[in-house]
Amino acid sequence: MLIFICKRLVYTIPIMLGVAVVCFMLVHLAPGDPLVSVLPPDASENLKQQLMTLYGFDRPYWEQFFKWLGRTLQGDLGTSIRTNRPVVLEVTKAVHNTLMLAALATVIGFVLGTLFGFVAGYFRDSWIDKLASAVSVVGVSVPHYWLGMVLVIVFAVTLGWLPPTGAGPGGSEAWKWNWAHVRHLILPAVTMSMIPMGIIARTVRALVAETLSQEFIAGLRAKGLSDFGIFRHVVKNAAPTALAVMGIQLGYLLGGSILIETVFAWPGTGLLLNDAIFQRDLPVLQGTILVLAMFFVILNVAVDVLQTALDPRVQRS
Amino acid sequence: MLDASYADANAPITRSPGYWATVWRRFRRDPVAVCALVVILLLVLVAIFAPLIAPHDPYRGMTLRRLRPPGTEGYPLGTDELGRDMLSRLIFGARLSLFMGVTPVLLALIIGSAIGLTAGYVGGLVNTLLMRTIDVFFAFPSVLLAVALSGALGAGIANGLISLTVVFIPPIARVAESVTTSVRTRDYVEAARASGAGGFSIVRYHVLGNVLGPIFVYAMSLIAVSMILASGLSFLGLGVKPPEPEWGLMLNTLRTAIYTQPLLCALPGVMIFLTSISFNLLTDGLRSAMDIKA
Repeated sequence: MLIFICKRLVYTIPIMLGVAVVCFMLVHLAPGDPLVSVLPPDASENLKQQLMTLYGFDRPYWEQFFKWLGRTLQGDLGTSIRTNRPVVLEVTKAVHNTLMLAALATVIGFVLGTLFGFVAGYFRDSWIDKLASAVSVVGVSVPHYWLGMVLVIVFAVTLGWLPPTGAGPGGSEAWKWNWAHVRHLILPAVTMSMIPMGIIARTVRALVAETLSQEFIAGLRAKGLSDFGIFRHVVKNAAPTALAVMGIQLGYLLGGSILIETVFAWPGTGLLLNDAIFQRDLPVLQGTILVLAMFFVILNVAVDVLQTALDPRVQRS
Repeated sequence: MLDASYADANAPITRSPGYWATVWRRFRRDPVAVCALVVILLLVLVAIFAPLIAPHDPYRGMTLRRLRPPGTEGYPLGTDELGRDMLSRLIFGARLSLFMGVTPVLLALIIGSAIGLTAGYVGGLVNTLLMRTIDVFFAFPSVLLAVALSGALGAGIANGLISLTVVFIPPIARVAESVTTSVRTRDYVEAARASGAGGFSIVRYHVLGNVLGPIFVYAMSLIAVSMILASGLSFLGLGVKPPEPEWGLMLNTLRTAIYTQPLLCALPGVMIFLTSISFNLLTDGLRSAMDIKA
């Protein structure tokens, strides 16, 4: 097992390096020269040259890359052009908020998704299966940013039960686990949970149906095992894959939170990215994307390892 | 019955229906999938004939007629924040929205299957090099990659298309590679090689016909995602720029009116949802029609 984990980690290194290259290139993809957001438009050619040398933009790309990589490995992601604060601080705070939102959404999506999936898989081709399938198709087809707006219209504008935007009194700095703050989390989390719910429902339905059609289930039934006992066997067979799908979905939500955070003005990585893009704050853009992508890579490895540990059928290759 | 026709030498030769005819026959029996296809065809027709159907000019606003609710006389779906006719803008919106959603998948289908076919057929070092590069892009969640690229490139239709194409190349390439690899070792490919066929003609006559179906269906399933993502980029202010009518962008600009005209604000999203769910259902139907070979 330990050897497998080590192998899996070693295999991740080239991917991480690739991710770093892509993130580095992002800044150089941007039109205009990288100083465009720092320099005033009427800056003299002389000043421009000086700053180019200062930031090291006059060096060849590969040299810039390794310098940047070296600093990044030491935890220095540069300074935000907009706020003049270290990018690391901005990103950590935002990641914390997004993680809270995405984790809650994943839990909601997982609970509802497994519920729908189990019921649909158990009663295949019944009306309840059709309903569950319909729910999961809607879950993956609905533009979630629009769903967020609709929920705001219903629960905030019309009924007035929940706040439409923000993270509660005192902003994101003063987050506490009390009703005044948590009520801000409900609408975005429910909106966000739609995608994992649809995908997990589909996966679980297929898993349950497949397990139930296997011969050992018929054997157990013939032996006189109770329905609950059968259910336990189905859960044991479906759980590793379902959990793996859940883990990957958490990663997708972390990276894809930008649309929902924009709708609800939730102070996470999505909102940070949005601000960074429109104010041409390239260090923040680069840093946020690097952190989120690395998180996703590590999450993938963790899911792989966990699945292998839980499910003896998965080969350690 | 069957024996009789065999026995009768003068009976007309009945051709067995081809693969696609069988798929079509099976597809027709699935009412949900047929409905989805009809909806998509209607949307395409609306997009093509937009200037003929739309009652008003989608660009011309009237400051006096801003944010009228749906049901206003002469403006059946109301007017937007600049007093432009909602119905006309939704009709014209079908053009850009469908274009922005479908084009990246088509481009990615061409580029991605070229990469996947090469990697799968040539194998060895070429496969490792190509597929490990593709793996790097899998390290980015799709929404994040699209936003990162179009965020760095800046707003605009072309930049939006480029970013979305880059997002969809890796998954298509991966599917193409795995299908090709599995076909490559089949006996008929081996037989073709043994009888002296060159690499190019093997791919052209033996591999392509067997891999294009699965790749095509997979690419189709991506259109639903692409519609949501493309409109999402415009919703963020990336992608399509105002004053063009595009559903995601309309959703963005109407957001300010969420308290005054909630129903009106939700309309463009209904169109995105309808398109995306139709493509999902169509793909599901097509997949089950194609899965079981007759």
